[in-house]
Amino acid sequence: MMENNMAQATMGAKLDALPNKPGGGPAASGGIKLSSRDVRVFYGDNEALHGVSMDVMANEVVAFIGPSGCGKSTFLRCFNRMNDTVAGARVTGQITLDGRDIHDHAIDVVQLRAQVGMVFQKPNPFPKPIYENVAYGPRLHGLTSSKSELDQIVESSLRRAGLWEEVKDRLDAPGTGLSGGQQQRLCIARAIAVSPDVILMDEPCSALDPIATAKIEELIHELKENYTIIIVTHNMQQAARVSDRTAFFHLGDLIELGTTSQIFTTPKQQRTEDYVTGRYG
Amino acid sequence: MSNLAVVAVLLVLVAVAYQIGLARSRGVALASGVRMHSLPRYHGLLVVLNAALPAIAVYLLWSLFGGSVIEAMVLASLPPEQIPADELQQRVVLQRIQNLASGFGMLGEAQAYEQAAAAYLQSLTTTGQAVTAALMATVAALGLFWSWRGTTPQTRARNKVERAIEIGLIACSAIAIFTTVGIVLSMLGETIRFFQFINPADFFFGTVWNPRFETVGTSGQEGFGLLPLLSGTLLIMIIAMAVAVPLGLMIAIYLAEYAPYHVRNVAKPAIEVLAGIPTVVYGVFALVTVGPFLAGMGELLGVNIRATSALTAGVVMGMMIIPFISSLSDDIITQVPKAMRDGSLALGGTKAETIVKVVLPAALPGIVGAILLGVSKAIGETMIGHGRRQLSGADGQPVRIGFHHHGVHHQPVDRRPGFRQPAVAGGLRPRTDAVRDDAGAQCHRAGGGAQVPRTIRVINDEPTH
Ligand SMILES: Nc1ncnc2c1ncn2[C@@H]1O[C@H](COP(=O)(O)OP(=O)(O)O)[C@@H](O)[C@H]1O
Ligand SMILES: [Mg+2]
Repeated sequence: MMENNMAQATMGAKLDALPNKPGGGPAASGGIKLSSRDVRVFYGDNEALHGVSMDVMANEVVAFIGPSGCGKSTFLRCFNRMNDTVAGARVTGQITLDGRDIHDHAIDVVQLRAQVGMVFQKPNPFPKPIYENVAYGPRLHGLTSSKSELDQIVESSLRRAGLWEEVKDRLDAPGTGLSGGQQQRLCIARAIAVSPDVILMDEPCSALDPIATAKIEELIHELKENYTIIIVTHNMQQAARVSDRTAFFHLGDLIELGTTSQIFTTPKQQRTEDYVTGRYG
Repeated sequence: MSNLAVVAVLLVLVAVAYQIGLARSRGVALASGVRMHSLPRYHGLLVVLNAALPAIAVYLLWSLFGGSVIEAMVLASLPPEQIPADELQQRVVLQRIQNLASGFGMLGEAQAYEQAAAAYLQSLTTTGQAVTAALMATVAALGLFWSWRGTTPQTRARNKVERAIEIGLIACSAIAIFTTVGIVLSMLGETIRFFQFINPADFFFGTVWNPRFETVGTSGQEGFGLLPLLSGTLLIMIIAMAVAVPLGLMIAIYLAEYAPYHVRNVAKPAIEVLAGIPTVVYGVFALVTVGPFLAGMGELLGVNIRATSALTAGVVMGMMIIPFISSLSDDIITQVPKAMRDGSLALGGTKAETIVKVVLPAALPGIVGAILLGVSKAIGETMIGHGRRQLSGADGQPVRIGFHHHGVHHQPVDRRPGFRQPAVAGGLRPRTDAVRDDAGAQCHRAGGGAQVPRTIRVINDEPTH
């Protein structure tokens, strides 16, 4: 079973699956997709995350909530090893994707990041045409052999990101010229163009207006079909709307993890209750 | 009334006017009880502008025109038979009078009429300065008073001050533009005179650059073709860019993306030192080290490269402009937001892919700017490099000095008719500015910043070796 998942996780398997099976996620819905054990993150000598353990199931949406600076982003970046790019950051503990240790030498960080996509707080399209933004990932990984295949990926990614109708006539226009909400959807399209299994979203709506936010939330609902999503949010309503389970962090600790309705209605921890009822945060 | 005193008085005026403006606007605000349109500091600044600007204008007018008006008056006061018709001679006479008036030494005995003129000049200057000072005080006081009276709650002091700042900035830009225009115009006159002697077609399409001057009796052999100059410059520049652009860019990428913090802190200033080394030092380096090295390399490859070739010049100049490209590009690459890099890295891009596909394109406009700056520096140096002069030695014998960007060149130059220096000896060509219709007269050597300008003589160079 584990061997099976691993095989599917390799680039080769994804390549085969790509054109007709969007997402390329494992068929075994409901299995453990990501798991962390005693993950600690140090910035220099400062321990920002104090040993977090949790499992994330395939095709579920997990929301991370908690006051600013509690380590949500830090923990999120562990899953695609983006902390490697932060000078002075050090990660200990074990993180597995489909049962494989992502810090293992056998796993290439490039392939890991192709499998675990990320959307950032501030939309960060490249200063390139819209088409090139979406085609960037597939080109990097050599996912396509022809221009028409690439066109197809770009179109399907933009469609799934709900942006196609708005930009199909101006694919040559720079991505930076779109509105904030469109830029963020472009970044989502860019992330799903390499058909990852997991999408990490770090406060994807914090720079957007309510209408653009609603669009992204709608999108998350649709993406759930094919992807495992972890979303960091400051907006409790948003967590309640989009997520299946919610994790509450405080000062570098995972305080409580439960189904979203349980966290928001009957939290077990006093600190969780204080936070979700707005007593602090 | 020295300039320093004027500046000091103006500063005092500014300070006083500002305080008056502050106090006045507060007074008006209190008295009227209404909210002022502008903050007190803007009223203060407005009073400063109203008081100081007219005074400065008066002073500028005096500085610009006072001298020539006085000169004209002095000249008119001279006995008619002493006024030369020629303008140049008039200047000489005036210079003598001015020297006399200011107590400098002068050649020959001072004539009585010169003494009188000098005294007249002095009295005129004193009066003029007194009048200017009085005028400045008056307009400043008027401006102050006018502005003081005009301070009301409705006075749009902020807008006026902002407008004044804008005008000041425009004036600064205008100075730069007018300087450019002025340079072009001043060249225009010389150019027209030059083309009266030399056929433009010969100049632009001629292939011989060998300026001689009628005064030294060698007419008939001269050539004023621009092409060899241009091709030499271009060749050196292209070689320099071929060296500097790749090296500079790689250095910039290393510094910005790969170098650890402490390495960058040491390496960057160390590279920038290259930009501070005087041209002459590069010249010696080229001559003593790079030239022979390249010649040796050439020998190994079976190619004949002379130590003084354009290759040497280009390579050394390339090294010289590396810091322009590396330092500026490094700054620009560092400016590319981290979010852009993260976007690429999170998609699985490697560091190098991220740099090539995202960071460099984003930094491209700035990098092009850095390269252009390098190019212009290279062109400038090559132009300067075309200087070759002869200095008169202590014994009166001409000493042959080839001056070019890499310093003093001591190779004998054959000037027999029919023999021309090959074009690749890029640096070995006389500067165009040596071409003057009053040739044989003194001309200053420009360029070669590290050396003291000296007066040199352009002379016939036949008998040197
Ligand atoms: N690059 C960094 N260098 C040093 N400390 C950092 C860095 N990023 C985050 N931290 C620290 O780690 C803690 C957690 O930060 P973060 O994960 O960004 O919090 P959150 O996303 O929950 O607001 C904070 O105390 C923050 O100061
Ligand atoms: Mg955060």
